[in-house]
Amino acid sequence: MLTRRVIACLDVRDGRVVKGVQFVDLIDAGDPAQLAWRHAESGADEIVLLDITATHEGRATLLETVRRAAAQLFVPLTVGGGIRTLQDAEAVFAAGADKVSLNSAALANPELMTEIGSQFGAQAVVVAIDARRDPHAADPVRNARVYTHGGRRDAGRTVVEWACEAESRGAGEILLTSMDADGTRSGFDCELTAAVSTAVGIPVIASGGAGSVSDFAEVFTAGRADAALAASIFHFGVSSARELKAQLATQKIAVRYPC
Amino acid sequence: MVTVVDYQAGNLASVVKALQKLGAEVCVTRDCRDVEAAERIVLPGVGHFQATSRLDVSGLKQAMLAAMTRGVPLLGICVGMQWLYEGSTEAADVTGAGWFPGEVTRFPSGGEKVPHVGWNQLESLRDGALLKGIAEGEFAYFTHAWRAPVNAVTVATTRYMGGFAAASQRDNVCGVQFHPEKSGATGLKILRNFLEMERC
Repeated sequence: MLTRRVIACLDVRDGRVVKGVQFVDLIDAGDPAQLAWRHAESGADEIVLLDITATHEGRATLLETVRRAAAQLFVPLTVGGGIRTLQDAEAVFAAGADKVSLNSAALANPELMTEIGSQFGAQAVVVAIDARRDPHAADPVRNARVYTHGGRRDAGRTVVEWACEAESRGAGEILLTSMDADGTRSGFDCELTAAVSTAVGIPVIASGGAGSVSDFAEVFTAGRADAALAASIFHFGVSSARELKAQLATQKIAVRYPC
Repeated sequence: MVTVVDYQAGNLASVVKALQKLGAEVCVTRDCRDVEAAERIVLPGVGHFQATSRLDVSGLKQAMLAAMTRGVPLLGICVGMQWLYEGSTEAADVTGAGWFPGEVTRFPSGGEKVPHVGWNQLESLRDGALLKGIAEGEFAYFTHAWRAPVNAVTVATTRYMGGFAAASQRDNVCGVQFHPEKSGATGLKILRNFLEMERC
């Protein structure tokens, strides 16, 4: 049976992890390559590396980080942050990434999804959407809006419509982050995730708000998520993705376990 | 020495890295002369079946068919596996190698999500060199929208809107629909089995 994926996400700046999944059995060395490997060994189904480096010099550091992380990694690796052109994507793939995550660059230039998809396959293109419910709309979920710049700028699109466009332009997966839920540890936005997941025919990765094992169970059932991103899972009383999945398995959620 | 055929279809880096991790010496080539001299061949591929038409024009197809006939071990991965069949509805004008019987078709729409992305189980395993040491129900990583039918050459199946061929083998020619280079310890074990496969 196809299983629901638990994905470990590492935020990287200037080659160091600044916010990662803080599993207790990991020594946080701050080194993304080492942490990515440890997460894979600890049962994560996939690794996402998000580069939040703003500077041009940082780009070279990122490629070196991807190269080192990929060298020992035998689960899928997605890299996001600052990929604006086909050439940027090519460099990241050559360094060993399996997928790229596009966010504001896809909004600014939707053709980019098609370009990368036609060269590397749709499976290699993940479109990341930062979403906020629209509290003023009659249906705040169906009318949830796309944001950029860390949730500060309204992109002028609704989430469901943008997700559908991304699919039609060749995206292979949607990484949906609820800016409302992010950092709250009060659960994923299951309603929003379900709205997007039922509107598109491609997998949806839920992100933002996880605070307990049952939050994952809920987003995989009510939220219809195909995968969920784990950040700061340390607080949930589980020590690794393996233990998280062991608990999900007892709740009859199909996960890759044993792993 | 493992010869990895580069037909400009997606990303070879992961496959090469996994083979090197297992201690193999790897030659990446677009030259049919390298394929003619190859001891062991890997045909990777993600993306569109249309890309395999490049194998026809470059002479790589003839070189691979000759090698397969000589008993040179060959492993096709994902679209590389699909190419070993007669053809695919993804690009009806392109013919496959025809080493395996059957045609590759798309998952039906209106059921589960397509593409089939993620970790799924290997089932109905048949004995053989490729899957030695792999247990029923082990997980592998898939990402694809087209798949091959279950038939006489199938050595493992996976269920997603019905069963499809997860791994196939005829003589020394093997194909896997999943990505062994992305399937953790299970995938590395399968790649190692392939590297240890004896020429027949």
